[in-house]
Amino acid sequence: MAFPVEDKQGFQVVLLNGEVDLSRSPDARKVILKSLKKMRNVLVDLSAVEYIDSSGVASLVEGFQYARSNNLEFGLVGVSEAAMNVLRLARLDQVFPVYASLEERLAADA
Amino acid sequence: MQDSEELVFLSFSSRPSRLKLLRCVLRDAADMAGLDGDTTDAVVLAVNEACMNIIQHGYDMQPDGRIEVRVSREPGALVLQLRDYAQRVDPGTVRSRALDDIRPGGLGVHLIASLMDESGFLESPSGGGNLFQMKKFIAG
Repeated sequence: MAFPVEDKQGFQVVLLNGEVDLSRSPDARKVILKSLKKMRNVLVDLSAVEYIDSSGVASLVEGFQYARSNNLEFGLVGVSEAAMNVLRLARLDQVFPVYASLEERLAADA
Repeated sequence: MQDSEELVFLSFSSRPSRLKLLRCVLRDAADMAGLDGDTTDAVVLAVNEACMNIIQHGYDMQPDGRIEVRVSREPGALVLQLRDYAQRVDPGTVRSRALDDIRPGGLGVHLIASLMDESGFLESPSGGGNLFQMKKFIAG
């Protein structure tokens, strides 16, 4: 699978990478929703994302909404500068819970 | 003196995988035009979004449509023209969603308007389809 998923301290951590554009965002959406549909809290690691467009952002929004309506946690960790620029333009940087790193979010439960 | 200098003209099919090729060429064209890194990123994202709109809405994800992108430089601006052969768009129906209405989709138009200095449809070309133009002002 193009986007790996890891199990970390009760979270499903989805690792997006490279260019998340119209040809790859359907896979991103599928992986994110599959993890959430296991009724697991999900963190999406964006540290290796070099480019994301509105279709990639839409897959994050869909995950966020699914989580919210099912009382699950959904957050973004290690957001790369390229991804953060697009989230800011879409004014979504204040909508998603964003953590500097996966470790920061996991440490909050320690 | 020539008012407008063409940097590159691309013609490709409406397949999502072609957007990666488009972005590569755009980066080099923006570099040739002397744009800085942030401005290049803005232009690449805006053109990508506009082509996505054509693929998703104009051609309804059918892969056999044609998209033509012309990049040119005129005094003070980089000019991007996108030509498609899809059903004509009524410009009055193209609008961004309200940004506080959080839902997937509807962001492309907002991103284009935020990233570019001018954007809009030009007069419909003969032979059908649409001609969409964007400009990014540049120094010099």
